[in-house]
Amino acid sequence: MKKPSRRERKTEVLLQGNEAVVEGALRAGCRFFAGYPITPATEISEVLSVKLPQVDGTFIQMEDEIASLGAVIGASLAGVKSMTATSGPGFSLMQENLGFAIIAEVPCVIVNVMRGGPSTGLPTSPSQSDVMQARWGTHGDHPIIALSASTVRECYDMTIQAFNFSEKFRNPVIVLIDEVVAHMREKMVLSDQEEIEIFDRVKPMVPPEWYIPYEDTPRGVPAMANFGEGYRYHVTGLTHDIRGFPTSRPDEIGPFIARLHRKISQHFAEIQMAEYFQTDDAEITIIAYGSVARSAKRAVLEAREKGIKAGLLKLITIWPFMRPAVEKVLQTSKVLIVPEMNMGQISREVKRVSRGMAKVFTLNKVDGTIITPPEILNRIVEVS
Amino acid sequence: MSEVTKLIHKYLRHQKKFPHVWCPGCGIGIMLGALIRAIDRIGYEKDEIVLVSGIGCSGRLPVYVDFNTLHTTHGRALTFATGVKLAKPSLKVIVVMGDGDAVAIGGNHFIHAARRNIDVTAIIVNNSIYGMTGGQYSPTTPYGMRSATTVYSNIEQSFKISELAVTAGAVFVGRGTVYHAKLLDSLMEKAFLKPGFSVVEVIAHCHTQYGRVNRLGSAVDMMEWQRDHAVTVEKAATMTPEDLQNKILIGVLVDKELPVYQDEYERIRERAKGVAVR
Repeated sequence: MKKPSRRERKTEVLLQGNEAVVEGALRAGCRFFAGYPITPATEISEVLSVKLPQVDGTFIQMEDEIASLGAVIGASLAGVKSMTATSGPGFSLMQENLGFAIIAEVPCVIVNVMRGGPSTGLPTSPSQSDVMQARWGTHGDHPIIALSASTVRECYDMTIQAFNFSEKFRNPVIVLIDEVVAHMREKMVLSDQEEIEIFDRVKPMVPPEWYIPYEDTPRGVPAMANFGEGYRYHVTGLTHDIRGFPTSRPDEIGPFIARLHRKISQHFAEIQMAEYFQTDDAEITIIAYGSVARSAKRAVLEAREKGIKAGLLKLITIWPFMRPAVEKVLQTSKVLIVPEMNMGQISREVKRVSRGMAKVFTLNKVDGTIITPPEILNRIVEVS
Repeated sequence: MSEVTKLIHKYLRHQKKFPHVWCPGCGIGIMLGALIRAIDRIGYEKDEIVLVSGIGCSGRLPVYVDFNTLHTTHGRALTFATGVKLAKPSLKVIVVMGDGDAVAIGGNHFIHAARRNIDVTAIIVNNSIYGMTGGQYSPTTPYGMRSATTVYSNIEQSFKISELAVTAGAVFVGRGTVYHAKLLDSLMEKAFLKPGFSVVEVIAHCHTQYGRVNRLGSAVDMMEWQRDHAVTVEKAATMTPEDLQNKILIGVLVDKELPVYQDEYERIRERAKGVAVR
């Protein structure tokens, strides 16, 4: 590959969140995108339709979101890093094949630019109401990883991280961004390709006749052979044994489902990311994510000016829910405020995790507008 | 070793515990035999074949054969196949579906894969019923017939799968029956060799469900019905429309040329590279 010039390496750009997702995906090695037009995620499709063919990748617009995720899974099985992008209604349609990607352990990335729901809802307005759908939308007990972004830079970084996690853990990864972050423009510096850590799926080191496609390993993640590379194996959405063949034996089903969960749960420390802002002595901590975390930061600063010891815990990893981060702020805070653009989805997790050790207050907004700093500040003053 | 034994040893998975899930007398085995013989005659490497299926009796087919095999969600097989093919065009992608799979839940994917001319072969086993779930009526259950969910009578008109494929733009469409095994062999071979979206509709019987509730007799009786009602395309040309009532047209229905998606996309890549980045 041609070494990029210094100018190419350090590129200052003005991007919107959706465009930053595209830049992150391309740098992570994404070379296949299948999607269906939907507001407010369409920019991701549009820009990738231009850029993917330039790098020998493939863009295809499918007949619906079900087909989009199906094609993404197929491409990933053939060995190409793949993604799709959608919003609430499309994400609902993807739940079926999301479950397939989980049980067959196919790496892929799904970006959900959240808009107001339910149903067609508010196509052009921001929301955070798909948090629980990301966790439990597809049927059956399953592990999931979901990351959020509150800045354009994070859209870029989290898309790269999403690809890395999906390859590393052989699990679909969801990037949850809200319409505000997706359409907001900010200056950012695109990092050097060499600076970015890229993780590719671990391929089998054994000859094909020894390959056991769904074998348990210390990491809990089996090595993955791509189609057409000599390892002919069976991929199915049925519960399967370590060879990939359907099974109904309890002694095979139990360990398989347990491993699916363990491969994520034993790597919580690596997967769970958060940012702490003035939390060291905070008596009131705001727990927020996405664009709401931006308003919350401002509110914390203004509360501090008023002499209220407030802090912000910004969740970056949404799922698996970051219990250690909440426990950390519980050491100083006896009051937690969870502002969300939904009727209260993460606040329930916070209540569950804090187990009565702090008072948990909510601040919910579902009218299609953002939560502003004064609104959060008012809530801080109210409860302090 | 006989020819059949050689094929069994070469293409069936020895680690997979038989017997298979299909009822004694089922036509899917005949269709699988034709598929394997066609692959063997053409001489594809096992590594280059990706066999994709959906859900239902036909969905269980890939597990038995020694290719890259992918058993997807109900009706979605063609979408997965589209991803596999576009990501790695060197692979030969074959999709096996049932009638419910292909034209009920997967109907949208079917017409769009045909319209795009994705280079995959779709084989549809049409037995006019949802067999695995216990014999409910499907989009190809004929008008007036009975099923577990049309115990009085089916009041819906049925799809003609091959004609639907022709209208949607498939470049190759062939129809056979499991009675006409030799014809199936040649249809599959032609379909596999055809660049673009090719379809082979395989008329099959489900004596366990459809045959039982409609009193159509045993598997053999139902195959004899296929024999008596199938008319080759060549012979049909000499027959009157009245004579062709209630007959099944078998043979090659369409064989035409259209640009293949992956070739067109390769041209898009060339054009895109001429455009300045950013």
